Amino acid sequence: MNNAMSRIMGLTSNEAIAYAVKQCNVDVVAAYPITPQTIMVEVISEYVYNGEMDAEFICVESEHSAMSACIGASLTGARVFTATASQGLALMHEMLYIASGLRCPIVMGVANRALSAPINIHGDHSDMMGSRDCGWIQIYVENAQEAYDWIIQAFKIAEDPRVLLPISVNIDGFTLSHSMERVVVLEDDDVSKFLPPRKPLITIDPVNPITVGALCLPDYYFEVKFQQMQAMKEAYNVIREVNKEYKDLFGRRYGFVETYGMEDAEAAVVCLGSAAGTAKAVAREMRREGKKVGVIKPWVYRQFPDEEINKVLGEVKVLAVLDKACSFGAPFNALCSDIIATLYRYGRDVKVFNCLYGLGGRDITPSDFRSIFEEALEAAKTGKVKEYMKFVGVRE
Amino acid sequence: MSEEKKMGWKSLPIGGYLLEPGSAMKYKTGDWRAFRPVVDQGRCINCLLCWIYCPDAAIIRLEKYVDVNYEYCKGCGICANECPVKCITMVEEKR
Repeated sequence: MNNAMSRIMGLTSNEAIAYAVKQCNVDVVAAYPITPQTIMVEVISEYVYNGEMDAEFICVESEHSAMSACIGASLTGARVFTATASQGLALMHEMLYIASGLRCPIVMGVANRALSAPINIHGDHSDMMGSRDCGWIQIYVENAQEAYDWIIQAFKIAEDPRVLLPISVNIDGFTLSHSMERVVVLEDDDVSKFLPPRKPLITIDPVNPITVGALCLPDYYFEVKFQQMQAMKEAYNVIREVNKEYKDLFGRRYGFVETYGMEDAEAAVVCLGSAAGTAKAVAREMRREGKKVGVIKPWVYRQFPDEEINKVLGEVKVLAVLDKACSFGAPFNALCSDIIATLYRYGRDVKVFNCLYGLGGRDITPSDFRSIFEEALEAAKTGKVKEYMKFVGVRE
Repeated sequence: MSEEKKMGWKSLPIGGYLLEPGSAMKYKTGDWRAFRPVVDQGRCINCLLCWIYCPDAAIIRLEKYVDVNYEYCKGCGICANECPVKCITMVEEKR
């Protein structure tokens, strides 16, 4: 680590994101409050009101309008942030595709929450997974520190001319959004040095009129979408570069995946977000008992880091993949499908089973993890998977 | 109409932006056509009802009769429908 100064603050993930947004010199925030993200925009609106943040805070009447305003602002060349959750993200859905299609590098904090019905305010990944294919880069974090660090990196990744794609940084509703943790924050100047003002490629400008969002028929649409696919692939390199620069400057190492115990793990859990913390704690306990278990936590979910995941598999025989959102009627849920596709692509002979957990914010406990690890170890020993789809803690 | 060379993903402006204002003229819509209007110019009375009704301004006014601009005509058939002397027939495009 170089001589960058840092301070320690007690922040929830909502507050950590708001603080990072302030330091990132964001120009425009258009957002609508929704549990469990509310505090994120409340704190930002306070910063703007107090004059601590020189930004335009647009109060809108819905999330659909919030994203629409963000798109317009982003097209003028502004640095733009918004935040939402659950029904709010669902209401934004069509605009999410327009943000990515028009290549607006908007950064959005999502405090993941279950979708209605029945109505529920607690954390699961149904909201973001429901918009999984919207063309946004998607990051899932484990704690407030990661939320803070990824927001700062997200602007740099999104605004890179090789990428120009929006990014969502996902925090588990309540589990992270409302839990206060120790966060090492950077000095404003260091953030400004790492993240200089945005340099847009093309902007809307009355003096040099252009048309954005013109009709694009079968003869050209595919090519424009292909540009987006290429940008996602480019993001792979840019994320790597930005992570490296962040580590060199500030000492904290990020990447596509974080692993625990994968050097010699025979059985491992793959999961997104805060559950990985519990998984690692249980894995540590079990490794002390001589059980070779590990954890793989993808930080980046889109662009999916298949190459990186293949690299960290080591000698693992069984993966228990945890999903916190249900793909009704699908053979496996979203993350598990991606993991299976990765194994297929790299010709890996690894057994997989899928655990659906935590719907509507139900806790996944250390003992739940212990039994998942035990089952994975058993499958590693026998070479047979007992159940391909498990539902953690659901009552009959 | 002539086959234009279409841009690939590398040369297209990012996100399908149109960087040149007033460029819609360059987008030739004639290849959308399933039926082409054919004017029997000997029977045309030059009343210009087709010219008035054409939603794409694809009717060309000549001195004594009309013609069709096939680069833009989408083949909607309004001209043939409105023609009082029925001198415009819609002929299927064969590709």
